Amino acid sequence: MTEQTTTSQPGVLAQILDYANRADPYPLYAQLRKSPVFRAPNGSYVVSTYREIWALMHDPRIGVGAFGGNAGAGAGGGGPGSFIGMDPPAHDRLRRLATSHFEQTEAVRPDMVRTASELIDNMRGKHQIDVVDDFAYPLPVTVICQQLGVPHEDEPRFHPWAEAIITQLDPRPGQESAAAQASAEMNQYMAELVERYRSEPGAGLLSGLAAEEGMSTQDVVATGRLLLIAGHETTVNLITNGMLTLLRHPDILERLRHEEELAIPLVEELLRYEPPVQINPKYSALDDVEVGGVAIPKGSRIVLALAAANRDPNRFPDPDRFDPEREDNEHLGFFTGIHYCFGAGLARQEAQVALTELARRLENPRLLQDPPPYRQNPTLRGPRHLPIEIDGVG
Amino acid sequence: MSPANGAFGANGHVVIVGASLAGLRAAEALREGGFQGRLTLVGDEPYEPYDRPPLSKQVLTGQAAPESTALPRASGLDAEWRLGTPAVGLDLAGKRVRLADGDELGFDRVLIATGTRARPWPNPEEAALVGVVTVRGRDDTVRLRHELAAGPRRVLVIGAGFTGSEIASACRGLGLPVTVTERAATPLAGALGGTIGAVAARLQREYGVDLRCGVSVTSLEGDDAGHVRRAHLDDGTTLEIDVAVVALGAQRNTEWLRNSGLGAGPRGVACDAGCRVFDMYGIVTDDIFAAGDVARSPHPLFGFEFLALEHWSNAIEQAEVAAHNMLHAESERRPYLHVPTFWSFQFGVSIKSAGVPPLGDQVVIVQGSADEPRFVALYGHHGRTVAAVTFDQGKWLEFYVNQIEGAAPFPPQYRNVAQPESRQVLQAEFPDPALPTEGPMIVRTGHSPTERAWTLMPARGGRR
Repeated sequence: MTEQTTTSQPGVLAQILDYANRADPYPLYAQLRKSPVFRAPNGSYVVSTYREIWALMHDPRIGVGAFGGNAGAGAGGGGPGSFIGMDPPAHDRLRRLATSHFEQTEAVRPDMVRTASELIDNMRGKHQIDVVDDFAYPLPVTVICQQLGVPHEDEPRFHPWAEAIITQLDPRPGQESAAAQASAEMNQYMAELVERYRSEPGAGLLSGLAAEEGMSTQDVVATGRLLLIAGHETTVNLITNGMLTLLRHPDILERLRHEEELAIPLVEELLRYEPPVQINPKYSALDDVEVGGVAIPKGSRIVLALAAANRDPNRFPDPDRFDPEREDNEHLGFFTGIHYCFGAGLARQEAQVALTELARRLENPRLLQDPPPYRQNPTLRGPRHLPIEIDGVG
Repeated sequence: MSPANGAFGANGHVVIVGASLAGLRAAEALREGGFQGRLTLVGDEPYEPYDRPPLSKQVLTGQAAPESTALPRASGLDAEWRLGTPAVGLDLAGKRVRLADGDELGFDRVLIATGTRARPWPNPEEAALVGVVTVRGRDDTVRLRHELAAGPRRVLVIGAGFTGSEIASACRGLGLPVTVTERAATPLAGALGGTIGAVAARLQREYGVDLRCGVSVTSLEGDDAGHVRRAHLDDGTTLEIDVAVVALGAQRNTEWLRNSGLGAGPRGVACDAGCRVFDMYGIVTDDIFAAGDVARSPHPLFGFEFLALEHWSNAIEQAEVAAHNMLHAESERRPYLHVPTFWSFQFGVSIKSAGVPPLGDQVVIVQGSADEPRFVALYGHHGRTVAAVTFDQGKWLEFYVNQIEGAAPFPPQYRNVAQPESRQVLQAEFPDPALPTEGPMIVRTGHSPTERAWTLMPARGGRR
């Protein structure tokens, strides 16, 4: 590492975090990769190349226990007591329990297709829509409510809570109290629901977890919240980034209208090309660790620039090209190692269904604004709105 | 391709003896490497190459059909297949392979990939009883499935190595009463040692297996119709059974090389780290290669001891090295350096291993706990980490492979997630190699390339 790169890299990181560069941070990520591992002025270590990130995420001397645990990080944080912020063995136990009550097989697909179809039906008669507000935002809430076992009639109460809590991840002044209130209301609601399921078991994750030995109502609510929050913003961004990318690649959008099976590799490429989680700042070194020729001292915070690694030319040939036919595409869009995205199976299917339905049914969709307005958040990066014009709905 | 192999690469004839995973992978790798000559695959079974790991798992429980184990084949392999015709001899001077049907195949280079077979029950009459089975090939599994479908009163599994344990697990999954007998003190003792084997013993018992260690089956007894009905143990007990699965480890298919002048014997076919086979004087040959279960080669990471590795990943990786070295001149040859790895799934637990556990004399749990059981155990020898075994913690294995490759100190001193309160270093408790048991999946075969006799190694204690 030369003296010059060590001094310039913090500047590059600051530019990535700067909202002015939200629409296209990738040239900056390429600069970041010139020093695969470097020490930022605040003492944390920033890692931006594929091999080095891969090694750290499989290294048991790296944990999330020190800085994890709370909102605003990783795949959206999950609030206290959720496994995303835990190290093994506690992480493994909770995650394993949740896995056994979380349905991610193809069985969930028909419900997803129905929900997506209804949202598109609602666009009838409109010539301008917002892919975010009209489609990508409501879809995951409905899907996760079904997963958790929130009764259908209660679902409308869930949408504003989810929105308020998630807004908190992308802070703007004056909304903190609304978020806190929504959070408290949702916790209260979920706790009551869990209590009800204890006496009258039903379908879904909350009921299933409530029946597990040693799971307090608080534990069940924490896991439920994690899945709602971690799975929401990321899925919204995956769908929105997907539609934006397709509108920028009209030939591929056209193919998707006819080739349904293209959706599978296309979503994988999307997870590499525009990953919903761009940076994970939660890891820390439990001991001295050497990676990429740099010694990271025990106790240091480690920031993983996943979006940079996904475009590492030493791992992915021609990395800035969006290529749904790309082979050997083991991207970091869902992380790797033990914190590999818990809801990956669900998110994949949601994005496949969502993009296929949008491609199939929107007639002549056109971008109204390129780039679209982005959310503040540099970590969970995605457009706040994606206004498009359509000729109609098929 | 190097000039040295120009004529061979264009017009040569490669014969691959053994049409299973290693043989097929070598054939593919030869073509990928640009080999345009003639390619012949010889196999003793009538089937095209198939995958064996599912045979003791999904195929046995009915989750997968036997035919579904066929290995995908690269199109354009352009090979001649001699299936159902075992090789019976190799003429080193004349460069010919003799087949059972009397045919002879001349070769420029040959790959020996004849693998292993299940060690049969020693008493041939008892072995011939209906309901006495070994499991190695696809036909074996079909036979065992048929027996299990008949609803046996009890299944006896003789030998608690990986194959025996997986079969016992599948039988419990089918709800059948199972007894497992094992001569060593625990299941998996030969592969993982008695300390970790004790965890496997607990798992078996939790899953309802009637596990009996430290005992041997002395005889199997049939009814008038010739169906097995009873097993007699050396502790004097008799078991009422309808199926006996003989899982006593593997024997190497090297008999066909007897008198060939090659360094081949019951312990395998000795080859160098580049897969070139040694002759009976320990001189390396130029055109004879070996790969897969049948090969024993000196491993640079483990003191150049000759190891025979009965692992799926070994078959693939060694076949690729053999194919590469067949096609390349001396200066471009590659050594076979992979850290051995294998996996097993039994009693709801995924077990993975890297390195050579039987080389270790000490073991320490570095992550998790044997009580759950979810853990990473490291094996050490002379202050060096030589192996790692995980129970439901396979995601960490890659890190430990790097530790093994780097000859990391043992016991480790670093702090890591899920670290137990105390890192107590225990004896690994591998059984005395002189005790015949189910056979480990990594067989240490000594340092001599001309080792042909099946001599037992001295007890561990005697060597220190």
